[in-house]
Amino acid sequence: MYVAVKGGDAAIEAAHRWLAHERRGDTALPEITAAQLREQMALAVDRVMAEGSCLDRDLAALALKQSRGDAVEAAFLLRAYRNTLPRFMAAEPLDTGAMQARRRISATYKDLPGGQVLGPTFDYTHRLLDFALAAEGAALPAPEEDAEGTGPMPQVTGFLAGEGLMREEVPEEGGAPPDLTREPPSFPASRPLRLQALARGDEGFLLGLGYSTQRGYGNAHPFVAELRVGEVEVLVEPPELGFAISIGEVTVTECQMATQFAGSREEPPQFTRGYGLIPGQNERKAMAMALVDRALMARELGEEATAPAQDEEFVLLHSDNVEATGFVEHLKLPHHVDFQSELEKLRSIRRRWEAERIAARKEAAE
Amino acid sequence: MATRPEWISVLARASAEEIGSLAGPLPPYRRLRGPETGLTMLRGRAGGAGAVFNLGEATATRCTVALPDGTLGHGWRLGRDRHAAEVAAVMDALLQGAEGEAWHARVVAPLAEAQRAAREQKSRRAAATAVRFSTLGTMR
Repeated sequence: MYVAVKGGDAAIEAAHRWLAHERRGDTALPEITAAQLREQMALAVDRVMAEGSCLDRDLAALALKQSRGDAVEAAFLLRAYRNTLPRFMAAEPLDTGAMQARRRISATYKDLPGGQVLGPTFDYTHRLLDFALAAEGAALPAPEEDAEGTGPMPQVTGFLAGEGLMREEVPEEGGAPPDLTREPPSFPASRPLRLQALARGDEGFLLGLGYSTQRGYGNAHPFVAELRVGEVEVLVEPPELGFAISIGEVTVTECQMATQFAGSREEPPQFTRGYGLIPGQNERKAMAMALVDRALMARELGEEATAPAQDEEFVLLHSDNVEATGFVEHLKLPHHVDFQSELEKLRSIRRRWEAERIAARKEAAE
Repeated sequence: MATRPEWISVLARASAEEIGSLAGPLPPYRRLRGPETGLTMLRGRAGGAGAVFNLGEATATRCTVALPDGTLGHGWRLGRDRHAAEVAAVMDALLQGAEGEAWHARVVAPLAEAQRAAREQKSRRAAATAVRFSTLGTMR
């Protein structure tokens, strides 16, 4: 029997009105603006932008305001908005070597061309709560400036590649890279497909997986060959112009992680690189992405793949937090009919089980 | 005077107010396309040098205009500022015309200078956070 059920409209409406109030919080305090979030909650905004896979800091800030600070909900909102826009064209690959880096460090070379540039980092802070921030309007000394700017910063992995000690990255020519926003992933997945999935994947999921490779689930002994954060130019070549133009800059975080590879019959022992590239400033995720990227190369390198981080189906099909939250949270939706049928089934099984038990007891007694 | 890709790049990084305040009132023109907002897929390279992959999309806005003499101007920029894309498209058309050098001196040159100064300041700030390693002398 099918019973159509309708209702709840008024309840939903009332719930949403209350939600708007809860979002606003104490009205004695000034309302926060999306622009304030963009400027002062910059890293939360960057995370939403990366996982929403839509680079627009204003939209990400608005999504964060709407979601009351729930990063996954905000990423969901951004993805939904993105679906309403047409795609003009793909940009040329970002040239991260030409980045205007505000931060660039290497854990493998102390003295390297361009130097170790710390930039505005939390590293080396004491992680003590700063109660001065609880007050408003504290004086802010201007950042220091050197007389000269930074010099060119060649990519560290290039030094090792020059010596033949770093597995070379071969630019594959021909055809657009696979795009999982257009077609679902197929397996075995190519490295470009894996990198796309990781770049938009959930930070916490990737961090846990990356950590697992360090703790022995995947046997990684990585070095941060280089980590850089800064602005890169976006170049497109519109057909109406017929030449490439620079349409602005985006902030990205790049991590090159070097891991030893024992070599195979065809390839000599050398370093391999795990690669992380994340829209916005997010070193933790760039590093985690590089660890997981390297772990996922196990099949190509002929290594034994035994750990979760090396299983591309496991990683790629569970890294997207918008998909994951959709499937987990759909359990909240009414399953009344499903549950009733399960309940009926269970009752009948239970009746049979009890009847059999009584019969068995009787038999034993006889 | 800058080349066309150069001035397009400068205009793409300036706000509508910045361009408008330098340019003053704009001559008549006709919109041919947009301004419209869409997406551009950004791409990276594995290991910074290898296979191309899709990094994620960015919002972008474009506009095409025509001057009464038929000159076409294109405005392209990241983000969703339609007004800025339209003003940039008009400037692109004007810069190609007989008065191009004057428009360049009035609008593009000061914008380019301001953008260069901002980049250099950031670079000097980064340089101030560069580590200078000192070697400890050994005591005998």
